[in-house]
Amino acid sequence: MTQAEIKLCSLLLQEHFGEIVEKIGVHLIRTGSQPLRVIAHDTGTSLDQVKKALCVLIQHNLVIYQVHKRGVVEYEAQCSRVLRMLRYPRYIYTAKTLYSDTGELIVEELLLNGKMTMSAVVKKVADRLTETMEDGKTMDYAEVSNTFVRLADTHFVQRCPWVPATENSDPGPPPPAPILVISEKDMYLVPKLSLIGKGKRRRSSDEDAAGEPKAKRPKYGTDNKEPIPDDGIYWQANLDRFHQHFRDQAIVSAVANRMDQTSSEVVRTMLRMSEITTPSTDPFTQPLSSNEIFRSLPVGYNISKQVLDQYLTLLADDPLEFVGKSGDSGGGMYVINLHKALGSLATATLESVVQERFGSRCARIFRLVLQKKHLEQKQVEDFAMIPAKEAKDMLYKMLSGNFISLQEIPKTPDHAPSRTFYLYTVNILSAARMLLHRCYKSIANLIERRQFETKENKRLLEKSQRVEAIIASMQATGAEEVQLQEIEEMITAPERQQLETLKRNVNKLDASEIQVDETIFLLESYIESTMKRQ
Amino acid sequence: MAGSQGRGRAAYTFNIEAVGFGRGEKLPDVVLKPPPLFPDTDYKPVPLKAGEGEDYMLALKQELRETMKRMPYYIETPEEKQDIERYSKRYMKVYKEEWIPDWRRLPREMMPRKKCKKAGPKSEKVKDMGKGASLTNTADVLKKIEELEKRGDGEKSDEENEEKEGGKEKSQEGDEEDDAAAEQEEYDEEEQEEENDYINSYFEDGDDFGADSDDNMDEATY
Repeated sequence: MTQAEIKLCSLLLQEHFGEIVEKIGVHLIRTGSQPLRVIAHDTGTSLDQVKKALCVLIQHNLVIYQVHKRGVVEYEAQCSRVLRMLRYPRYIYTAKTLYSDTGELIVEELLLNGKMTMSAVVKKVADRLTETMEDGKTMDYAEVSNTFVRLADTHFVQRCPWVPATENSDPGPPPPAPILVISEKDMYLVPKLSLIGKGKRRRSSDEDAAGEPKAKRPKYGTDNKEPIPDDGIYWQANLDRFHQHFRDQAIVSAVANRMDQTSSEVVRTMLRMSEITTPSTDPFTQPLSSNEIFRSLPVGYNISKQVLDQYLTLLADDPLEFVGKSGDSGGGMYVINLHKALGSLATATLESVVQERFGSRCARIFRLVLQKKHLEQKQVEDFAMIPAKEAKDMLYKMLSGNFISLQEIPKTPDHAPSRTFYLYTVNILSAARMLLHRCYKSIANLIERRQFETKENKRLLEKSQRVEAIIASMQATGAEEVQLQEIEEMITAPERQQLETLKRNVNKLDASEIQVDETIFLLESYIESTMKRQ
Repeated sequence: MAGSQGRGRAAYTFNIEAVGFGRGEKLPDVVLKPPPLFPDTDYKPVPLKAGEGEDYMLALKQELRETMKRMPYYIETPEEKQDIERYSKRYMKVYKEEWIPDWRRLPREMMPRKKCKKAGPKSEKVKDMGKGASLTNTADVLKKIEELEKRGDGEKSDEENEEKEGGKEKSQEGDEEDDAAAEQEEYDEEEQEEENDYINSYFEDGDDFGADSDDNMDEATY
């Protein structure tokens, strides 16, 4: 794990779970797999707190445990999973676009809690939806359950591994840690529950379901006295499926930008058909015949078979090679080159970065070297039609930025510099890694800056919150306009200005984080796909 | 040998043409310090994407940040006691739901052990006083050791009973002799015995006193 990744993980853990969890988590990421007492000793925290922190981290799938010999249990942190916390808003928004508010809330609850049973999710989501509805209307559990089942069917949520039920004839002592297993076919199996009920409003005058007085703090998960029907069956959000969806989205929008709407629809159809048949890590989708594609086109699209064939041929001939032709049966068999598509997207990202950082002439040289693979200094000047001095300068700027690298080809075995060719080349994989590392650093910087801005204005923020609370309570009890005005004037105009500026800055920083995360996704997908092929 | 010996003259060991500089041309300045921390950029960054989706995700992100702070998973650092208790602090406390993990899915060592909790406030107290205190009364110490031994046995039987009743988390039936538990018990007893060289009439609030013994209120103060 690079320093930049560790720093980013540390900031994310601290923002979401507090300092103690951050300390334990970062220690585990740095040192790898460790048993409980070593963690407590090395970090200098009490055993009790380490246990609490580990429970939280395990609940959120950020730490896994393994039983080693002699019964020692070791805990290991998943750094890449911690980095996914940046992407939570995107997951939730995707669920909203696909399954509307109910799906959005289901995914949000699952992400916030790590793992939950289906009944708990349904209950919570129904309650939350009921809050937002008008008075008198409530959300039925059945509807939420239906959405949950649909999410499970399309693999957006999956079951967590669980303890297999062993017979009690086991005479020996139980293992120090349960071994969790899951089989492929059980992963999306929804238990047969009959959840009947409606969502409840928190503001309603009746007491809690368990009849406890309101003053007592409700304990999570033990509200009702009846046994939970699906006890022990936990669900989690399937991040890989979301990533597959993002990848498909990126490919479709790339095709739409390059060609037109119809071709992007064709590609979208092909991807949709391959969703279940092709695992997301394959370099190609399964071949699809043109007839199948024609039948599966969305209902609104009435293009004729011939037009579809023309589109497919165009797509297959495109130099970007998103779509390839793999055979002629069934009217032509077509595949989508997932690996090449990801490569093109990563390359486009690199080109765009070079252009925005160094200028369009640099970008021209970069694209040239990309295309021709290896070029000498002189050839670069000739092909790019840029004067020698400037070309030199640009090449060296890109070289020191690690976008371009030098390849030495010696003429003599003693590698004499005067008798060696020096060729400029672009190594996409290493440039992508360099850019990814830079993205991690950028996000860490953005988060730090946001925290700094918030801390600077902490006093002002607290004051404005208090004023808002006062105004809200006064409005509830019915107050005159004059009094409200007076309270509002407690915040002076320059302070208001300051608050506005702060809000604008924080929004900008947050939006930047989200956008950098999109780039991270593309680069990571490309690197992962390339590493799988090697 | 590669290159020419310049006899004191500045000459390059390689063909300078190949790297792109002409003969006798002025080379760029040598850089003698690290690049500046905030370098000037010639090209300003492109504006951020703006749209409905982006706005929604932004709002989501900020909401999530706030929500996470109120979840039971956010473990706050225990603050030091302030000399004056602020009135407002009482009203700004956020009431969090308790979260109890599913012990069946976690390693057994994760469970907060009941006897650890009993010893918890005691060893915390003792730790607070610091290891430098020397014992003043050997008789006192011997008494304490006896007490401890008795309590150690008592705790063992306590634990047996408790585990027999609480069938949910442990599937074992009355068989306590597994190594890990025994090791842990021994270790903790040793810890206690070590710490008990000190005067126990002090009672100082440790930082985790409240947190540890929240469900074990039958603990008498010594």
